[in-house]
Amino acid sequence: MAHGETHAVAGEASWDGGASPYAVGDKKLGMWLFICADSLTFAACLIAYSYVRLAAAEWPRPFASDSILNAIIMTAFLLSSSLTMVMAVAAAAADDRKRAVRYILLTMLGGIAFDILHLREWLGLIHEGVTPSSNPWGVPLFGATFFGLTGLHMTHVTIGVLYLGVIAIGFGRSKFSAEDVETSGLYWHFVDLVWMFIFPMVYLLSNKF
Amino acid sequence: MSINASHAKPATKLFVWVWAWLVLLTLVEVVFAYQHLALELMVVILLGLSLMKSALIMAYFMHLRFERLSLVLTLIPGLVILICLMFISFPDSVRIHQLTPR
Repeated sequence: MAHGETHAVAGEASWDGGASPYAVGDKKLGMWLFICADSLTFAACLIAYSYVRLAAAEWPRPFASDSILNAIIMTAFLLSSSLTMVMAVAAAAADDRKRAVRYILLTMLGGIAFDILHLREWLGLIHEGVTPSSNPWGVPLFGATFFGLTGLHMTHVTIGVLYLGVIAIGFGRSKFSAEDVETSGLYWHFVDLVWMFIFPMVYLLSNKF
Repeated sequence: MSINASHAKPATKLFVWVWAWLVLLTLVEVVFAYQHLALELMVVILLGLSLMKSALIMAYFMHLRFERLSLVLTLIPGLVILICLMFISFPDSVRIHQLTPR
């Protein structure tokens, strides 16, 4: 960066980024770019769901209060796992490896609990006769949008749990740096962020009064 | 407060506060979901609350508030514009809805 400053000439004064204009590491920047791309995938899925729902004459509202309660508990698990993940990132930055690994494991537990509750919900709906192409309430695309959206999200959570497992082992053995932990944290918070849209759009807008 | 410095590490207390707000906003969403409101109004309220929650997550949990502004400006405005462009499909779905015999 000092290089840019010493050779600054008139007309170049607005560029003060030096070799690292964003002041973040390449792994972190790469993860941010992936998150932007993945946001668009999820946005496209949510928009497709909204499109189908708006076009349909009558959209089913099958989620009774027990389903909504289940989804609230899932949300709580995901939000709390985000909190433990920030704690892990803070511990990693302070070079407290043991504490960071413990917090990453807690985060993974939150993700696993989320997956188990979500699968229970899925099995209940499948038992009621919901498939990607048909369901007992009419509008055939309900199942396609529900399983598509929540399935894509569940896949992200599952991959996240595996990713965090690799990071926990690697960071515990001093093979990975604090930046690796922070990068995996970005991914985990993104998964949490997406759920903040799926929960109201899919569950709350289809609740049974 | 030290959080204005570009690389200062925010405190645990701040993260717990953000988490508490996220839980609170989720519960507000649930309360709204059980009010008998028009669907359009409900969508606006729920999406508004969700945008607030995602802003909190990005700013504090994903550290964007503590990053250099150039990173935020590179990532976020383009993303928002691209997502808004997808809204172009909605007039078509409304048209299909109006054409459907009931």
